[in-house]
Amino acid sequence: MLKLLNLEYMYFLTGLLLIMVSIYTCMDKKNPARYTTALFWTLFGLTFMAPIIHLPNSLVGIFLIIMAVLSGGKLVKIGSHKEPSTEEKNRETDKWGNRLFIPILIIPVVTFGVAQFTKLGALVGLALASIVAIIVAVIMFKESFSNTMEESRRLVDSVSTAATLPQLLAALGAVFNAAGVGTVVAGLISAVIPVNIALATLIAYFLGMSIFTIIMGNAFAAFAVITTGIGIPLVINMHGADPAILGVLGMLAGYCGTLVTPMAANFNIVPVALLNMKDTFGVIKKQAPVAVLMWISILIFGYIVLF
Amino acid sequence: MVIKLIGILIIVVGFLLRVDTLLTVLTAGVITGLISGMDIMSILNTMGKAFVDNRSMSLFVLTLPAIALAEKHGLREQAARLIGSIKAATAGKVMAIYLVLRTIIAGLGLRLGGHPQFIRPLIAPMAEGAIKARYGIDQLPEDLYEEVMGYSASSENYGNFYGQNIFIAASGLLLIQGVFKEAGIAVDLLVMSRYAIPIGIIAVIYGVIQYLYFDRKVERKMKEVNKNA
Repeated sequence: MLKLLNLEYMYFLTGLLLIMVSIYTCMDKKNPARYTTALFWTLFGLTFMAPIIHLPNSLVGIFLIIMAVLSGGKLVKIGSHKEPSTEEKNRETDKWGNRLFIPILIIPVVTFGVAQFTKLGALVGLALASIVAIIVAVIMFKESFSNTMEESRRLVDSVSTAATLPQLLAALGAVFNAAGVGTVVAGLISAVIPVNIALATLIAYFLGMSIFTIIMGNAFAAFAVITTGIGIPLVINMHGADPAILGVLGMLAGYCGTLVTPMAANFNIVPVALLNMKDTFGVIKKQAPVAVLMWISILIFGYIVLF
Repeated sequence: MVIKLIGILIIVVGFLLRVDTLLTVLTAGVITGLISGMDIMSILNTMGKAFVDNRSMSLFVLTLPAIALAEKHGLREQAARLIGSIKAATAGKVMAIYLVLRTIIAGLGLRLGGHPQFIRPLIAPMAEGAIKARYGIDQLPEDLYEEVMGYSASSENYGNFYGQNIFIAASGLLLIQGVFKEAGIAVDLLVMSRYAIPIGIIAVIYGVIQYLYFDRKVERKMKEVNKNA
């Protein structure tokens, strides 16, 4: 039984879910790109199963190229979905009330419980929590397998190809490491700032995170580059900062950049249109003072706990 | 040596020109590898291996079926009802309460929130309505309208950004873990989530101060308007 709680099996199950969703996508005749969309999610699903089905890494690399081309060619599309009427939705909401939160609250509670009180770790915890939540939801709502898959397809469609971005950024980070990009960045930074002062390297790291996030609109994209270029060589290796604490604070410093960049359109520009505002930068202007204060607070907090 | 930074340039230009994100990142990886003298097989190998090694970041896919079923039966509508039942006398208090709620929701790792889902239909009109009711006006002056909307939108962002990494299986934390793993450093998710808590609390404090300060500004402004009228 304990053997079944191996993370590998959990990944296999995730891959299986994505492949099932792909099958339902193939059957969705109203999706104008149903086969290419299904191909994208199937390939993604197979990467989850890689070690168990003995998929060589280079083949996964080829999958990534195919996935990127499908995504770039706009060949991954949102399918058709049954949208219940407002009356139906209201009836359902009246019927279930706050019990609707039961399946989704199971996820954090079980995840945290497993991470804190067992040796299985947070990831097995998250997987177990998801499985328990699915079982509870299926029983509670008396849903069929095919309905569950159709609804999963709706959500997979809505998280879109962006769901694979963090993993792809980690892959980019791996190439950067192999190519020695971090060393080059660290060399450039070292020429500009007094790297023997711990505070200076910390400022360079947090500033790098924020500036890169402002340029790219995405702290996740900035993280791999700035952490391999500044965080690891200068702050961790030279000044002995704790990687876990530095990493999370660096990411949060990056979010300060997200608050002030129009590049993060979903967060800062789309709401302007949604709320019928006139000033494109109306949201960013309100967020800027808090972004600056947060950045300074993270720096001070970081300096105290890290050195 | 500096030519190795071409990947960073590709990413920046790709993001600025809104080229498809996946295509941009993949291109940056392949070109960086080629320029640094790696052959295409070893680039594919490196990227493929890292992608598989970092599957943890996408394990959240397994949470989707349960969320999807709850949504089908009215999860979002029920959340909207709960938020709609908030009783707050001022615009700033509406935003402050939402900020606290949103931070907790994000900290629990729940995918519940967003400007289209909660700010546009609920928080923004509630904040606007609070001012109208309090000062007995039918329409907000334009500059005030802009401010109320801007602050309402910010409450979603503060809560979401600074709350999300409190959840131990947050994709941000898993990305951090993955990047360090590629560099041969092991980091603990529990430690990271613990250090995200004080930052989340600080963000809530700043946000609440900003919103309550806004309330006072509205008070002053409306007094002036009433005096002039």
